[in-house]
Amino acid sequence: MIKCGVVVFPGSNCDHDAYHVSKHVMDFETVFLWHKDEDLKGCDFIIIPGGFSYGDYLRCGAIASFSPIMKSIKKFANDGGLVLGICNGFQILLESGLLTGSLLRNKNLKFICKFVDIRVENTDTPFTNSCTKKVLRIPIAHHDGCYFIDKDGLRKLEENGQVLFRYSSSRGEVDREFNPNGSLNNIAGITNKEGNVLGMMPHPERASETVLGSFDGKMIFKSVLNFLEKKIKE
Amino acid sequence: MKDIKITKEIIEQHGLSEDEYKRIVEILGREPNITELGIYSVMWSEHCSYKSSKIYLKKLPTEGKQVIQGPGENAGVVDIGFNKAVVFKIESHNHPSFIEPYQGAATGVGGIVRDIFTMGARPIALMNSLRFGLLSDKDNVRIMEGVVSGIAGYGNCLGIPDVGGEVFFDSSYSKNPLVNAFCLGIADKENIFYGKASGVGNPIIYVGSKTGKDGIHGATMASSEFDEKSEEKRPNVQVGDPFMEKLLLEACLEAFKTGYIIGIQDMGAAGLTCSSCEMGSRGNTGVMIDLDKVPLREEGMTPYEIMLSESQERMLLTVLKGKEKEIIDIFKKWDLEACVIGEVTDDGNLTVMMGSDLVAKIPNKSLTDDCPIYERPLKKPENIEKLSDFNQDELPIPGDLNVVFFDMITSPLHASRRWVYEQYDHMVRTNTVVLPGSDAAVLRVKELPILLSMSLDGNGKYCYFNPKVGGKIAVAESCRNIVCSGGKPIAATNCLNFGSPENPDVMWYFSEVIDGIKEGCEMFGTPITGGNVSFYNETMGKGILPTPVIGMVGVIKDIAFVTTSGFKDFGDMIVLLGKNKGHIGASDYLELVFGIKKGPVPEIDLKEEFNLQGGLYEMITEGLIKSAHDISEGGLAVALAESCFTSFFEDMGVYIELPDDLREDFTLFGEDQSRVIISIDKDDFEKVKHIAEKWNIPQMSLGFTAKGKFEVKVGNHLFLYNDPRFLRNIWESALSEYFK
Repeated sequence: MIKCGVVVFPGSNCDHDAYHVSKHVMDFETVFLWHKDEDLKGCDFIIIPGGFSYGDYLRCGAIASFSPIMKSIKKFANDGGLVLGICNGFQILLESGLLTGSLLRNKNLKFICKFVDIRVENTDTPFTNSCTKKVLRIPIAHHDGCYFIDKDGLRKLEENGQVLFRYSSSRGEVDREFNPNGSLNNIAGITNKEGNVLGMMPHPERASETVLGSFDGKMIFKSVLNFLEKKIKE
Repeated sequence: MKDIKITKEIIEQHGLSEDEYKRIVEILGREPNITELGIYSVMWSEHCSYKSSKIYLKKLPTEGKQVIQGPGENAGVVDIGFNKAVVFKIESHNHPSFIEPYQGAATGVGGIVRDIFTMGARPIALMNSLRFGLLSDKDNVRIMEGVVSGIAGYGNCLGIPDVGGEVFFDSSYSKNPLVNAFCLGIADKENIFYGKASGVGNPIIYVGSKTGKDGIHGATMASSEFDEKSEEKRPNVQVGDPFMEKLLLEACLEAFKTGYIIGIQDMGAAGLTCSSCEMGSRGNTGVMIDLDKVPLREEGMTPYEIMLSESQERMLLTVLKGKEKEIIDIFKKWDLEACVIGEVTDDGNLTVMMGSDLVAKIPNKSLTDDCPIYERPLKKPENIEKLSDFNQDELPIPGDLNVVFFDMITSPLHASRRWVYEQYDHMVRTNTVVLPGSDAAVLRVKELPILLSMSLDGNGKYCYFNPKVGGKIAVAESCRNIVCSGGKPIAATNCLNFGSPENPDVMWYFSEVIDGIKEGCEMFGTPITGGNVSFYNETMGKGILPTPVIGMVGVIKDIAFVTTSGFKDFGDMIVLLGKNKGHIGASDYLELVFGIKKGPVPEIDLKEEFNLQGGLYEMITEGLIKSAHDISEGGLAVALAESCFTSFFEDMGVYIELPDDLREDFTLFGEDQSRVIISIDKDDFEKVKHIAEKWNIPQMSLGFTAKGKFEVKVGNHLFLYNDPRFLRNIWESALSEYFK
């Protein structure tokens, strides 16, 4: 059975949602991981959920990146463990150096909560191997989601195929008019070079049940399941 | 400080009347010191004491077999079965939001959320009822922008979804914006906590932020009118820290599980004063606190300042003696300050020490239950009939109703609220089944088979012309919205926003509105379980429209019953339940198109309304209804448009043929009550008709949903025609244009 850990920082607020999907929708064995602990409790998959860690009064995710639990997560990731950072979790992954670039304030300077369409750029990854649709309908909810990186960094991301999701139309057209927050190249989610760490602004845990209007997000968790099951068999 | 002599001026500055001061002297058997005077002034302020409204509020129905806790506690509690209860309340933060829109609105959210989790409930939804002056005035744009960001900034950080509400505009709300915040939580029925201090010797624990000099006399500020110097009151507005509140929320919910918490109350208006004396009063005990033990933000604060500070994100707990450490450790885990500052006593007094000095000693009950109660003079305004001396048949018919329709759907009154609700995280906690924009918000409760539906409604304009009818309509409409979403209304909370109670006209309006709400609540069996009165919504002598807001909560028995306002499929039949009477008085059409603000208000027959809701509910539970939408402000044409715009399909339109027994503009924009438009599979029309007849509901087929066209005929004449995608675009962007 897959064991999933959901990190809880003071100010995390999507921790219960991630836990719910992991445990009740995906049937993973699921535990909370407290920010002051260093023990990852033998998890195969770590979710850093959304929220406002430590209030995010400094740069989003800046303080969380120095927490004891992040020390262990960095090691886990460097050893090839699967880590998914959603929203504030993405910001924390950037601040920790597990991913490159940064997230700036949205172009319209306001918090934005709505469903968006994101195009899947690569289905040969631990997080997208079960995506049967090219475009996923998943909500965003953030104030600081405008992805930015220097030119050289952007070139490397694109060359290595690290851009996993882009804001698009429902038909998959990537254009400025479908970019909700001003992100460079419409970037909605990126991985590290090795592909085992994913950071994304949209919330797949909010789109994993029919009753919530979309279950496209579940494909991401299914992909993780598929990947880990294969790995265990090997 | 103790030596300050109490003069006439000081008494006046504290908003206390001469008689009230005499009464204080009588109670204490001596002159109060300055700290005691400050304590009385906040507890006897209108905001805390309800001294002008109490006798009227008693008329409201507050009991029912599902009601676990009615008014008088931090929030109302209602049984929803399965050993669960909903805990909810609405509260105003109008005055602070005018002075400092962002922080005023933010701390309004903070206050209502604390009221809910204080009762042992996990808050799962927020809603807001907002009213501003016209957006043609830049100052109103500034206030609205600040209020919406403030609500977003606080609620989003807490991770409680803001799932709906209402936004209205009227010139009377210029400089008197209304910010009413609603919160609902879920608790175990057996584990409700109350604001009580009981068990002599039990320790009193202070938790949360340190006490500073902010917000001193906030409650007194909210109990007087504003003048041109109101801006100077900015330091009276508190500053919110949502992160601190989030920690408090999680820590309290964890602490409740220990079973060692006897009572708990948040420090809201009137801070430490209100929480300590109210807990003692409810527990029929005394409370002793030592101010030397209160965590302070700065040195040298006087007892007066400490007792009256309204610093946010603080709680007061009564804990089982001997278990202090267990509780304090939980708060420490969340990096929160917690310390014992006093204990429960048996003398019925609020005793305030500063080290070994006694700084105040006041009987608790004299601050709460036994505060002054006024039967203020009331008088029916002389000109009220004149407000409705209007004959709608004398109105000219506008040349092009298609253009009028544009103006209607792009007016801030009817335009999409997207600009507002997209700034709120309305999906966090993954329970929001119906997103903002439909008639009512619908949330699932993960561990239960039922769902919850909730709606906020009120119409100040209707109440201005006829407060009693306006009160009835507010209740009827909020229930109608619940039923349109597939639910049954179970209980309500209300927020009553009015001008100065010292004005007999205002008190008459207040009394009439209460009578209307009472009649409505009795008809629909929805007790009022709590709420809030906000008087003195006046700036420079100009008051607001009398504005009651009803927060209705309903239960949807099965996910299959969940219904939304948007049309579902092309070619569905559109049916009107209820009757078009073409009533134009007090309508938005009259105001927007002719610039006339006159009554009379539309009539409402509560029995008819009851039947409409009963019949509609039966149709929904029989699986006959694809969409249902209440017809309210803007009339039938606007309601039809909204059902198109909230459809999943961008090119959803209608083809409608209406009878020409009334004038075409009255047919399209009249605001008659007790009407709903539904869409159904045309093969189900006979079944729908049958149920309508059984409930005595007039019904009429209006036409069909159509792809790519929006066409409405009255008689043989096509009055409204356009591309629904175009209409949807201008409707969705109209409000945001004001903020560019």
